[in-house]
Amino acid sequence: MAQAIANADFLRVRGSYSCYATASPSAAWARPTRKKPKLKPLDHDSDNLIEINDLKYSRGPRVIFEGLNLTIKRGEITALMGPSGTGKTTLLRLITRQLIPQMGTIKVGGVDISTLNTGELYQMRQRFGMLFQNGALLTDISVFENVAFPLREHTKLTNRLIRHVVLTKLHAVGLRGAADMMPAELSGGMARRVALARAMVMDPEILIYDEPFVGLDPISMGVIVRLVRRMNDALGITSILVSHDVEEISTVADRSFLISDGKVAASGSPDELRVEQSDLVRQFMHGMADGPVAFHFDAPGYEEQLLGRDVD
Amino acid sequence: MNKLVRDILDTVIEFVRTFGAFQLFFVRLLRHTPGILFGRFGLVVKQVFNSGALSLVIIMVSGLFVGGVLGLQGYSNLARFNAEDAVGVFAAFGLVKELGPVITALLFAGRAGTSLASEIGLMKATDQLSAMEMMAVNPVQRVLVPRFLGGVIAMPFLAAIFSVIGLFGTHLVAVELLSVDAGAFWQQMQLTVDLEDITEGIFKSVVFGVAASLIAVWEGYNAIPTAEGVGRATTRTVVITAIAVLVFDFMITALML
Repeated sequence: MAQAIANADFLRVRGSYSCYATASPSAAWARPTRKKPKLKPLDHDSDNLIEINDLKYSRGPRVIFEGLNLTIKRGEITALMGPSGTGKTTLLRLITRQLIPQMGTIKVGGVDISTLNTGELYQMRQRFGMLFQNGALLTDISVFENVAFPLREHTKLTNRLIRHVVLTKLHAVGLRGAADMMPAELSGGMARRVALARAMVMDPEILIYDEPFVGLDPISMGVIVRLVRRMNDALGITSILVSHDVEEISTVADRSFLISDGKVAASGSPDELRVEQSDLVRQFMHGMADGPVAFHFDAPGYEEQLLGRDVD
Repeated sequence: MNKLVRDILDTVIEFVRTFGAFQLFFVRLLRHTPGILFGRFGLVVKQVFNSGALSLVIIMVSGLFVGGVLGLQGYSNLARFNAEDAVGVFAAFGLVKELGPVITALLFAGRAGTSLASEIGLMKATDQLSAMEMMAVNPVQRVLVPRFLGGVIAMPFLAAIFSVIGLFGTHLVAVELLSVDAGAFWQQMQLTVDLEDITEGIFKSVVFGVAASLIAVWEGYNAIPTAEGVGRATTRTVVITAIAVLVFDFMITALML
C-alpha cells in the first residue's frame, strides 16, 4: 500500500478523461444525449477558493450558523473542527449546496453557488469529491462498480480503461483485492476507504472528507493521512476535512477552523491553535472536561432528579 | 372550538400541500421518463425483474387459489339455477375485469411496493442518494424513474398472469373436481368474454401500476431517514396503495359501465 502511494501511479491519469469522450461506439447509445450547460468559469487567480460570508442557517427554531465568515485557500488542507453538534457536516452540505442558507453567500472559485441552476450545479459538483461519514456506498453493486460509478455516469471511457483507473484507485487505498466484494461484506473502515477511492476517481479539484479517520485501525489511518497529504500536494487539489481527531489533524492540515456557537471561534495552523489561550480552544485542543463547552446536556440537578424531587 | 377549527384548517392545508408536492413529484418522474426509457433501458429491465419476476410466485399461488375459490362459489351458487356450466364465464369476468387487476395491485403493494419504499428510504438514510447528488448524478433520474417504470411495466403482465392462473384454478376445481363439462366451460367463456372486457382489465392494471409504483417511490423518497421513518413509509405504502387501488377501481368501473 505504501509503495502504491510512493509511486503514485494513481495520480497520473488525472484530468485526462475528456479526451475519451467518443472512445466507445457501444457507449454512444448507453446514455441519453444531453446538452451540458456551460459552467460559469471559476476564478483561478484568487488564492481563496471558497469564500463564505455572513452565513446564516437555521433548522427550525435552532440556529446552526449566525454570521459565519470563513475562507478556504486554494491548494491547502483545511480542517473544520468543533464540538459535536456545532454543524460541521451541515457546513459541508452548505458548501456543496445540498442545503441552502437563509442568508449570506458561499462562493466557490468566485461563483456564488446559490445562483447556479440544476445543470450548472451538477457541473460544479463534478469538481467536488466527497467522502461521507458512513461511506455511503451503493449497496446493490460491488466495490469495483461503486468506484466505477462516476466514470460510467460521466465519461465514455472503455471498460478496459475504467478497469485500469478503478483498480489503480483501489490499490491506492489498499483494497484492490476487495474489488469483487459487496459493500455489506466490508468493515466500516474498509467501506470508508472504498468511498475515498470513489471520491477521488474523477480527480476532483476539491476533496471533502467528513470524519475520514473514524473507525480506521492505526495502520489504515496512517496510510490514509499520508494519502490525503500526498494527493493534495501532487494533484494541487484543495482538501476540506471535518474531524475531531486533533492529533491526526495536526499532522495533515495546513489551516484549521474551530467552529462553535454558529461562528468561527478560532483559526490558524494546528500549532497556532495548540498554543491559543482562549478557554474554548484550550478545552477542545487538549480534550478537557471543564470549560465553556459543557459535557452534560441541560438537565435538572443530579441528586434532585435521582430522588424524584424534580417532579414535585 | 377555535382550536378545532384551526386543527381542521391545518390538516386541510397540509393535505393540499402534500398533494401538490405529490403531483410535482409525478411530473418530475415523467420529465425524466423518456431519457431513461430510450437512453438507459437496461436500468428499467433490472427493475422489471425486481418488481415483476420476483413477485411471480406470490401472484401465481394467489391466482390459483382465488380461481379455485371462484370455482367453488360459482358452482355452488349457479347450481341452484342449474347454470353450473356458466362457472367459467363467472370466473372469467370476475378475474379479468376485477379480481385480476385489484388483487394483483394489492399483492404488488405488499411485495414490490414495500420493497421499493424501504430500499429507497434506506438509500436516503444511509446517504446513498446524497452521495449520488455529490457525484453529480440525479437520484430521481437514476434511482426513482427506473423503479417507477419497472413497476408500471410489470403490473399488467402480473395481472394477466394472475387471471390466467386463476382461470386454471377454476378449471381444476369446476371441471376436474366438480365435473362441470369442459366444453361448456370454455365455450361459454369464449362466447361471452370479449375484447372490451380484457381491455378494461388491462387499463385498470396499468392505472393501478402507476398508482402503486408512484406511491412506493414517493413514500421511500420522502421517508424520514431513520429506521422508524423507513418503517412508517413502508406501512404507508401498503395502506395508501390499497385505498387508492380500490377508489380507482370504483371510478374506472363506474366510467366503463
